[in-house]
Amino acid sequence: MAIAAFGHATGSGHKQKAPGNKSTKVALLLLAPGLIYLAIFFVAPLFSLVITSLQTVDYSTGFPVYSYGLEFANYVNVVNQYGEQIGRSFIYAFFATIAALLISYPLAYFIGVKARRYPLLQALMLTLVIAPFFISFLLRTFAWKQIFSNESWIVTTLQSVGILQSDQYLVGTPFLVIFGLTYNFIPFMTLPLYTSLERLDIRYLEAGADLYANPRKVFRKVTIPLSMPGIVSGTLLTFIPIAGDYVNASGLFLGSTETAMLGNVVESKFLKSYELPTASALSVILMGAIMLLVTFYVRRSGTDDLL
Amino acid sequence: MATEFVARGADLELVGIRKEFPGFTAIDHLDLHIPAGEFFALLGPSGCGKTTTLRLVAGLEQPTTGQILIGGKDVTETKPYQRPVNTVFQSYALFPHMSVLENVAFGLRQRKIDDVLVKAQASLDLVELGHLAQRRPAQLSGGQQQRVALARALVNRPSLLLLDEPLGALDLKLRRQMQIELKAIQMEVGLTFLHVTHDQEEAMDMADTVAVMNKGHIEQMGSPEKLYDRPKTVFVSKFLGQSNLFVGQVESQNEVAVSIQVAGTKISVPKARAEKHSGTIAIGVRPEKAFFHEEQPKLGSDHNVIGPGEIIDIRFTGVSNQYLIEIPKVGNVTVFAQNIGKSPVIELGAKVWVSWKVEHSFGLSDLPENVGEQEPVA
Repeated sequence: MAIAAFGHATGSGHKQKAPGNKSTKVALLLLAPGLIYLAIFFVAPLFSLVITSLQTVDYSTGFPVYSYGLEFANYVNVVNQYGEQIGRSFIYAFFATIAALLISYPLAYFIGVKARRYPLLQALMLTLVIAPFFISFLLRTFAWKQIFSNESWIVTTLQSVGILQSDQYLVGTPFLVIFGLTYNFIPFMTLPLYTSLERLDIRYLEAGADLYANPRKVFRKVTIPLSMPGIVSGTLLTFIPIAGDYVNASGLFLGSTETAMLGNVVESKFLKSYELPTASALSVILMGAIMLLVTFYVRRSGTDDLL
Repeated sequence: MATEFVARGADLELVGIRKEFPGFTAIDHLDLHIPAGEFFALLGPSGCGKTTTLRLVAGLEQPTTGQILIGGKDVTETKPYQRPVNTVFQSYALFPHMSVLENVAFGLRQRKIDDVLVKAQASLDLVELGHLAQRRPAQLSGGQQQRVALARALVNRPSLLLLDEPLGALDLKLRRQMQIELKAIQMEVGLTFLHVTHDQEEAMDMADTVAVMNKGHIEQMGSPEKLYDRPKTVFVSKFLGQSNLFVGQVESQNEVAVSIQVAGTKISVPKARAEKHSGTIAIGVRPEKAFFHEEQPKLGSDHNVIGPGEIIDIRFTGVSNQYLIEIPKVGNVTVFAQNIGKSPVIELGAKVWVSWKVEHSFGLSDLPENVGEQEPVA
């Protein structure tokens, strides 16, 4: 900036174009590290991913031999073969996001609005929200597996009161996978909601009450719309990573083969059976589907003028 | 739920209101009655409890003790949304996520009233903003937002309209214009207005009755003319306009006048205009009712004369000159002389006497804090 300003000061008397060029150059220079980073770590891998997803496979030697091509059938095969896992990913992500929202909103409201006059309490509660991050995500998920294991008192109690049959367990069920997903992503929902609610002007709520709206109406017509930016960013920050998650649903943690999500398929194709085109095609599908959903969602929620 | 569509104002009664916040008492024993259809102003400096009073009436705060009656009905225990009251907030508090029209329609929608949008549009037309109905509040200027806030409150035809310094954020010219419009609207719709302000000119200009509040209680209440002509306390005499105050021991009193001795000079006040008739009292006079003389004036007992003193400051304010005169052992006295083409040509340092008619004096019930050096309030 300083250089640009200096350029303006000296160049103004001579040529009109010179300062403009100079500041464009400076801007480009400042942008360069970011652009280079994006090119190396985003554009190139993405390109590689798409190329890989279109590879052809030749089984004539008895082993699969992959070569570059334009095998669009890969996508069709993947959708036919793994449609179930793709659908499951989005269904789980949907329910886990809703659950996280229902749990986080009251929490964020309490921290951001009710605890406003007590900064110490506010800081303490925020720390508690983030505290789980201090322990590895894998360890915490594994801990839940222990807590809900087949011999745990929770399961035996549920069995003895008849909520679970004697041959039913929790680990490996969609319920526990969604539970784990919700648990792991709650902070990503709470924090954006908190930042949005923390700025909520109480005077709008008072104005609502003054204009004959009971507390429920005020919440629906004033609080929710005003915290929409937080709701949108919170749901995006949870939905997107949940849809691609492969830890909670894996058989090693809270899931089983019946709960496999798209991430689990991608993981096994990439890391176990080395079917790179299949894995790449699945990744591209996941990315495209999320982009479509997000675009639609942001348009629908109409938060453009609030953001 | 207040479902009736009230067309006329209701009276407001506050009985023995006390409001304590942790650590301090905002309002201490407040009794107030505002007749229906009146434009009532609560005037006071910031922190005097006037906004708290308004919030109590709106239901946004609960009194510690006391009762609030609107139109004879006790509403102390009811919630804000159940009270037939609307507020124009100091910050306007227009919902940023709704259009101007939807903002105005909000109250009507909650009460399930017919023709919501027609009524909202009519209300916007009343404040001459009908053409901006589809805009967002953020796209309007401060003055326009203020008028939307007013339309949003008025459209509900509340029994009582509360105005919390709604003109505070506007510049002087716009404020004057809005004051006139507000007053016109109040006359037109016939609602009871309770207006909270720290602007004494605004209060005197608009209100039928002004109550001057200080430290959580009402110091004095009455018509603007009466309050200005006969303030009863030091606070009122200085908050509402300016005053010259003289403090002294009562040395004589008869049927008509009370007189005190100030630095060897007798100053009198009509008995009917004095709050206290014995002991040490303060007598005041408004600067525009006092005159100065270059020679010691020969005036009868119907005038108070004090001096000589020295002119230590002259300020030109357009319509008048303000002279500050230092009188030894008495203090500084302010005299306003209108610039009507014949005011005396006088310079700093001139020796003058100050006089005023006894009937223009007023006797206060309390004494200024720093007796002896009464600095006129600027």
